[in-house]
Amino acid sequence: MTRFTFPPSIASRPVWGTLLPRKGTAFLMIADAEGAEALIDLAKAAPDLMAAADVVYLPKGTGTRFSDALRAAGPGTLYIGPSFDAAEPRIKRMLADARMGLQIFLTGTEGLMGRAMALALAAGTPVDAIQTEHRGSVARRMQCVHCKGFTEDVMTDPFVCAHCGLNLFVRDHYSRRFGAYQGVCVDAEDPGVIPPQKELYS
Amino acid sequence: MTIQFNDETFTGDYTFRNSPRAIRRFPFPFHEDSYMYAVNLEPHLPGPKGSAFEHRFDVDEHYLSEMKDRARVLADDPLRCQSLPHMDLAGWDTLELIMTSKAEDYPDLFELHRDGDRWRWINRPMGIDDTFTFLDKTTLPYGPLEYITRQTQGDYAILDQRENDLWMDAGMVTTQADWSLDFDIGMSFMQWHAPVPLAHQLGVFDRALKFLLNLQQGAPVRRLNWTMTVNPNLDTSPENYHKWGPEKTTLTPENVGQKQHLRVELQTLWRLPRSNAMLFPIRGYLIRLEDIVTVPKWGRRLHRVLRDLPVELATYKGFIRNRPMIVEYLSQFDDGAPTSPGCFPD
Repeated sequence: MTRFTFPPSIASRPVWGTLLPRKGTAFLMIADAEGAEALIDLAKAAPDLMAAADVVYLPKGTGTRFSDALRAAGPGTLYIGPSFDAAEPRIKRMLADARMGLQIFLTGTEGLMGRAMALALAAGTPVDAIQTEHRGSVARRMQCVHCKGFTEDVMTDPFVCAHCGLNLFVRDHYSRRFGAYQGVCVDAEDPGVIPPQKELYS
Repeated sequence: MTIQFNDETFTGDYTFRNSPRAIRRFPFPFHEDSYMYAVNLEPHLPGPKGSAFEHRFDVDEHYLSEMKDRARVLADDPLRCQSLPHMDLAGWDTLELIMTSKAEDYPDLFELHRDGDRWRWINRPMGIDDTFTFLDKTTLPYGPLEYITRQTQGDYAILDQRENDLWMDAGMVTTQADWSLDFDIGMSFMQWHAPVPLAHQLGVFDRALKFLLNLQQGAPVRRLNWTMTVNPNLDTSPENYHKWGPEKTTLTPENVGQKQHLRVELQTLWRLPRSNAMLFPIRGYLIRLEDIVTVPKWGRRLHRVLRDLPVELATYKGFIRNRPMIVEYLSQFDDGAPTSPGCFPD
């Protein structure tokens, strides 16, 4: 399943869009895993745009399943990296060098889009110059409200904070500054009573 | 009159108490026997003498102990006070508004002497006498927002106004009803209110935002909000929820009158002159149920409000598990007699 219709939620939860060709002076595309398919779709609709684009791609365990096809779609430059953390200095540099008219395309998991959008906004990119499209896993990037650590790719509710070990429930409240949802201790009022884990959206 | 400041704690042994005078002046938030979200903004004009609304920034008997508690919380978690880089000027606006208001309203407690940009601030209760240069933060021990709100009761959010919206871009938040400045900083008005149930559908936030965008300098407004807190804990933060959450299980029919508190927020909104930002002080007041019922009208009314409150609100306000015990306790003080309109005691 690479496309998912998210149920309606509260006002802070982002609503992801569909990538569309746009005019611009430069194009930065950042994708992980199945997000490559959205870029390939975009390239079919606008091959010239892809030929002018700088693409940062994180296969995230998909190997060459999408990366070969992405390369074949003819991006201007293509960087394939092992993780967001590894790619982050490069993305920051690209954003720092950006001029007026840069168009940004983010696609893949919510965690990837959230982190990349937070970097772009912090670098001063206007929000209307950023497009998004969700593809692939519905896992969330969560911030523990207690220890402030981030846990990536959370698929269950509740889950265990990767930093402090508290059992956290998954809220829909979302911070664009962090690119993350809020995780809150699930057994604060009944210590030790942890509800059974459920897969998100199940 | 001179205020006698209490020496009390808001954590650990919880020695916080309200004097009989503090009980009488408590800003009871219910003007009728039921409650639903509403914008309910009114001009923040001087209220009755001795009331919590008499002055622009109320100073009461809990002042010194609340400031000690704030310093404790900040030492533990410095992220409770944050200001995005473009909010410095709004911080100075805030400092000026609070200093000038307090010096005028409480001349026996605070003094402000201004000689151009050279300002001398005297806070007598806290033993502070500082001279600094206005708009030069290197002349203060903290940034302007942190400096003045370490000396002023209540939480503070500063909202930047742009793109027809309000953005929570700075704040000092150590006495909150379970929301995180660190998480919400940078959010728009609808985003930071997103978790509130029912009110969005009622259109409350649309109307409030429309009104606030047009707020004028010199015409502050106020409203009351409320929740329920077990023990007089000011820092009911999500950050520390795993520490205070278990206290909710300590209520018994025998101790509910002492341990269960009504928590009221006197919220005011001020347009700031230089930055055009908006200052949003959220001043919290706590009172034990057993102190509320000493005012018969309040006892009757609180019983009816809590008994009839929609489940969503009781859940969001965090007392759904204890509601039956609270309502049972309060029912002893409700003889069914009619109550008079308005919030003040008869």
